[in-house]
Amino acid sequence: MVFGKLPLPRREKPLAWSQLSHQRVRLLVALSGISFANILIFMQLGFRSAMFSGTTNVPASLDGDVFLVNETSQFLGNETFDKSQLYRAAAVPGVATARPFYYSPASWVNPDNRKTTNITVIAMNPAQPVMAVPAINDQLALVEQTDRMLFDVKSLPSLGAITQAFTAGQDTPIEVQGRKMRVNGTFALGSNIFKRGHIVISDVNYLRLFGATQANQLHAGVIKLEPGANLQTVMAELERTLPEEISALSHAELIALEQNYWAKEPAGIIFDFGTIMGFVVGVVIVYQVLYSDVNDHLSEYATLKAIGYSDGQLLLVVFQEATILAVLGFMPGILCSLGLYSLLSNLTGVAVLMRLGVGLQVFSMTLVMGVLSAAIAVRKLRSADPADVF
Amino acid sequence: MEPVVNIQGLHHAFGKGSLAKPVLIDINLAIQPREIVILTGPSGSGKTTLLSLMGGLRSAQQGSLKILGQELLGASKQQLVQLRSRIGYIFQAHNLLDCLTAQENVRMALRLQPGLSYDDRTAQAIAMLTAVGLGHRVNYRPENLSGGQKQRVAIARALVTQPKLILADEPTAALDSQSGREVVQLMQRLAQDQSCTILLVTHDNRILDIAHRIIHMEDGRLIRTESPTAAAV
Repeated sequence: MVFGKLPLPRREKPLAWSQLSHQRVRLLVALSGISFANILIFMQLGFRSAMFSGTTNVPASLDGDVFLVNETSQFLGNETFDKSQLYRAAAVPGVATARPFYYSPASWVNPDNRKTTNITVIAMNPAQPVMAVPAINDQLALVEQTDRMLFDVKSLPSLGAITQAFTAGQDTPIEVQGRKMRVNGTFALGSNIFKRGHIVISDVNYLRLFGATQANQLHAGVIKLEPGANLQTVMAELERTLPEEISALSHAELIALEQNYWAKEPAGIIFDFGTIMGFVVGVVIVYQVLYSDVNDHLSEYATLKAIGYSDGQLLLVVFQEATILAVLGFMPGILCSLGLYSLLSNLTGVAVLMRLGVGLQVFSMTLVMGVLSAAIAVRKLRSADPADVF
Repeated sequence: MEPVVNIQGLHHAFGKGSLAKPVLIDINLAIQPREIVILTGPSGSGKTTLLSLMGGLRSAQQGSLKILGQELLGASKQQLVQLRSRIGYIFQAHNLLDCLTAQENVRMALRLQPGLSYDDRTAQAIAMLTAVGLGHRVNYRPENLSGGQKQRVAIARALVTQPKLILADEPTAALDSQSGREVVQLMQRLAQDQSCTILLVTHDNRILDIAHRIIHMEDGRLIRTESPTAAAV
């Protein structure tokens, strides 16, 4: 008796636990089935979250209260507007600073194998930081020199062994958009499934890479409000002052714009579909496991019914069984999933996070499904005379 | 005194409509308190069906079936559950729960009795198992018990709640002659101690002598009643 020494009233061992623990191998098979269903669902959710968290990485790490973008822009870097509008925005009451932000793909030649690929360029005025990433802001002085850049260490390996070369002190030039550039520092931001990696450069170097016409076109204006200024009032005033082609978005709206765009892309739809499939298959597995487990004990339940147990009491035993299986199966399921998430993060450079809410959702779904299938399995016992079930 | 079992004009059929096959036809039977009755007859004569009807394990269709004062025809689910807990039912194939020890199996019946503490249940279960000669096997699972021992655990489970009626469906079918004999004598002795009534279905001729009355059944009808001495010949 485990609790023999505790001053607790002694209680009967739950029948469900006796039944489950009596057949160890069976229990193990049932638990691995439920764990597998959980892993399946978590992986699909993880892929989906990886896609979305990756896409909003850059907009989410911008440091501002209001963002000016071209009205037709569907995602960050999609469309541009004229730089002169930024000076007009700076004059709007309540605006403390209005800073330029460039976000554009550039060609990139892998220095190791000379293969041409592409990278995404983040450019800003080194005197006017716009990102809430300390590693970038601390090193902005390093990008003021001609043709110098900061490199994201979480970029994909297909861009070349840039980080390793930099740490080893090698100063090999890399061809970016036709110019030879050198790495002066690194930061960690992370890519997403549509982007190979990022570099940070100055607005002056951006002009050198892309020419005056493009340097005059901003992908976003990052606005900070004066203390005490009302966000809604300033946004309304910006919309009124600036030409119609420019929208003023709050930070949340900027992130939502990005999310909505990628969710409607074929890849987004495929990921949503995968999530639904994961759920359906997971639910079917949980149902099968519990149904067969309860079904195997049906004659024992019939015996108990024959000696005077009520349907309600037996239903309780079956619910206990479902709960035990759901809880015990969930634990290895979520542990394996966490391991696979970090493996996936390391392989892709895309952050794959387990959110508490999602974890709880999957757990309660497992539990509800388990209890429901147990109830269905035991229905036979409710309707029939015990003598028919032996 | 009111009979423990009082059956009048009981009919029962399996199947529905034109396929209905009668299995019990016009059964009339009264069993008095403390009586030991053996019901015998060829397979398929309807013995087990009659017993399961009396145990509330099957819904009655037609006629009157009064067990321990409860009319079973048209009884509610709750009344049936109530009645089942007041009857000691011994199954043909012991029907013990494989995952539970002998003591735990016996406790399953005690757990339905209100007002018993955990320690009361332990004491009663062990006392009952000792009474059936299994005091040294209380923590054994059915897989580690012999056929006769399993059937004795099943008897302990049926008797531990001190029911006023025991229904036993061929309790010796799976046993050799000696353990069969022992099991039946055990039932007889315990029943006398607890002053309860026993109805025993069997075709085992070796145990007929324990009965006060032997009833023969054929093709769904009770055809004759004898005293045990006449039947033993």
